[in-house]
This record gives sequence, structure tokens and C-alpha cells, in this order.
Amino acid sequence: MNLTLQIWRQENAQTKGKIVEYPIQDISPDMSFLEMLDILNRQLITNGDTPVAFDHDCREGICGSCSLYINGEAHGPDRRVTTCQLHMRKFKDGDTIFIEPFRADAFPVIKDLVVDRSAFDRIQHAGGFISVNTSGNTQDGNSIPISKHDADEAMDAATCIGCGACVASCKNSSAMLFVGAKVSQYALLPQGQIEAPDRVQNMVAQMDLEGFGNCTNTGACEVECPKGISLENIARMNLELIKSSIKS
Amino acid sequence: MSGIFKSSIGRKIAMALSAFFLMFFILQHFAINILSVINPDTFNEVSHFMGTNPLVQFALQPILIFGVIFHFTMGFILEFKNKSSRSVNYAKNNGNANSTWVSRNMIYSGGFILVFLIIHFIDFWIPELNIKYVIGDSSGLLQDGSGYRYFEELQHKFIPLWRVVLYCIGFVFLSLHLLHGFNSAFQSVGANNKYTQSLKGFGKAYAIVIPLGFIVIALFHYLNNLH
Repeated sequence: MNLTLQIWRQENAQTKGKIVEYPIQDISPDMSFLEMLDILNRQLITNGDTPVAFDHDCREGICGSCSLYINGEAHGPDRRVTTCQLHMRKFKDGDTIFIEPFRADAFPVIKDLVVDRSAFDRIQHAGGFISVNTSGNTQDGNSIPISKHDADEAMDAATCIGCGACVASCKNSSAMLFVGAKVSQYALLPQGQIEAPDRVQNMVAQMDLEGFGNCTNTGACEVECPKGISLENIARMNLELIKSSIKS
Repeated sequence: MSGIFKSSIGRKIAMALSAFFLMFFILQHFAINILSVINPDTFNEVSHFMGTNPLVQFALQPILIFGVIFHFTMGFILEFKNKSSRSVNYAKNNGNANSTWVSRNMIYSGGFILVFLIIHFIDFWIPELNIKYVIGDSSGLLQDGSGYRYFEELQHKFIPLWRVVLYCIGFVFLSLHLLHGFNSAFQSVGANNKYTQSLKGFGKAYAIVIPLGFIVIALFHYLNNLH
């Protein structure tokens, strides 16, 4: 496959970026998208140019490191996959592919396609934890009966890898799907009840502080989420906040 | 409890609560207006009751005005804040791949509804206030005293074609706004459960049937005037 890549290049957070065109030849449809970028970078290095910076780590859809807004969609045109799981067979010979970083003011560009997603870490620090006795007398988690339905829902919420596709896809740069998932995974379990009222208040407050936009329920985040996190989690977070506010 | 409305989610909930109130108001407005097609006498009676009842005039009407102003003002504030949370836009964005046009453009459908509402207020509400509270005639009767004036006034309003067209366009935008807004309001207050799919169906029906009903009323009176 021969392709034309339109890639966002930006030296650092202080400089302005721009789209730069790169033709690339002989790409196998069996390659992953990141392997295609590896080949481009090898060419750039061979020619004495600066390689394109992009985030990646596990390359098997688990770590949430890879990002990229590909042809107008977070993680590209495929569904329920991260960029590292996207294959070149999803594109056609002769295609022009736009590759941009996840855009939100809360995710400032570090370089080229790499953005700073530490805002998510700070939201997690604000309340994404539970109190556990670690003295050596820790109670076995399985000794607390939990309904299958709640366990499944909590597990589904916990599959969020914090990649930020929800923010990138949302027209408002809202992080509510991420925060909703993190609130839900604890709200549904007995272990999460101790901090439940404070958790939702603190995580939402931190989310607002980071400068994310407000959710208008377009549902784009749910569609683009590589882990299929449902909008139900945002509704649960809203309800948790209402309950917590009434209690306080 | 008041602290909740300082948060992004709180503002979203406040938007939803005002939306619930406005959706209920639209329903009762439609229920009264459709009477003008079914039975003009009943329409006159109900209009007179709504126009002169102190509870409606001095309690519900101010709440309605507050609800309308709040919904629009908060909508514009949130839109401005949301826009400012992404200062560099995508060179290529395929919004249609993951969301509907109406869900992404509530500010535009809402903006057109606001323009329509201003015209509607100038058309109906301000003359009504003038008759009742400036001229001081709360009888609701025609000048010759032969009956209530409401039905005749309504028919008279729909003589010019431009106004009928304007109303039809206004209600198309209302329909577009409700197609997303109805279910969005429920999601905002945390209602996403096993009933959501049924509610989505009901919301779509509401968003189409009610504005269409208003269009039918406008066309009915326009065509009646032609004969």
C-alpha cells in the first residue's frame, strides 16, 4: 500500500504546530498502525529528519498509552480497539491519513503526537482509591458477597484504561466517561462505600479544576472508547453526586 | 446541597431540571392549542382560565419565564465554556462517525428556538399583557361582547403566510432540539437503566409528535382562513 500521511508536528508545548505531509510506500496491510509509523520514523531517521514522537507501550491494547486521532476519530476508524490494535488493512491503497494528537486544553501537547494526560492521574489521586487494612489481617475480598450483576458492572467500569479517547472524541473535551467509570467501579462494590460520598465530590472537583469541558450526552465517547465503557457510568456518577450532595 | 450547582455536573443537572419543566410546559401548551382545532368553545374557556387565573398568572408564569431565561442563559454559558476547553481544533474530525448532528448542534437549534420564542412573545404574550394589564380589560371578551376573543385572535394571527412558515420552521428546530434533549435530560439526572431504551423511543415520539402537532394547528388555521 502507498499512503499519504498528514501528521501533526509540534516541537514542544510552547511552539505552534502544523500538519506536515509524508508519503510512505510499500506498507503491508498486515502491519499494525504503529508499525507503519515505526517504518516512517526509520525513513525519517535515515534521511536525517526528526522522527515523529508518539506514545506507545504494551502494543496489545491494555496499557492505554497509545493515543492518536486518526482520520477524525480517536484510535482510528475501527471499533473497540486502541491505536496499537488498529491494522493497516482498515485503509486502502492511495489513502490520505490524518494523524493528530488527542486534542484538549487539559491534554497539552508535549511533542508531535504525544500529549500530557497526567490530568487523569490527578483525578484518580483525588478519590480513585479505597481504604484497605494492610496490617496482615486483610479480609479476603471473596468473603463479602457481591451480586453477579454488580460485580459485572464494576468489572466493566474497571476495564477503562484511561487512554483519553473519550476526551479526544467529545466535542466539549469532557472527561466524564473516564471519571464516571472510575467512580462506578468503586460505587458498585461494598469495599468502595466508605469513601463513596467524598470520592465523587473530590474527583468531579478535580475534573473541573483540570479544565475539561462539560458533557452534553452526544455519546461520542461511548462509541470511540476502545473498552466499550458505557454512558451508564456517567449517569451513575451524576446520581452519586446528587446522593452525596443531599447527604452533605 | 447548593454546592452541587457549582460543579460541571451540577450545572448539567440544573439544565436538565429546567428542560423537564419546559418539556412539561410545551405538552400542556399543545394540549390547550389543539383544542382550537377540536372545539373552539373549549379552547376559549381554557384560554380564559389560563389567562386570568392568579396562580397561573402570578406563580406559574414567572417560573416559566425564569425557566426559559435560565435554560437559554445556562446553555450559552456551558457552550462557551465547552468551546474554550479545546483551543486548537482538529484538522480532520469525523463527528458523524460517533454522534448525531442534532446532539452536536444543540446550541444552534436552541438559538433558532430562542429567536422564534422572541417573535412568539411579541406576537402573543406582549399584546396579551397589554390588553390585561395596560388597558385593564380582563374580561376576555370580543369588543362587541359576543363571546371570548381568544379563538378569533388565534385565527387572525395565522392569516399571513410568512408567520405560518416561520412557526413551522420554529417547530422543526424544536423537534431537532428535543430529539436529543429529551433523553439527554434523563441521562443528566442519572437515569440510565433498563427503562432507557423504552424512554428513548418515547422521547423520539414526543420530539416528533408534539412539534408536528403545533405545525398542524398553524396550518389548520391558515387553511381555514383561506376558505
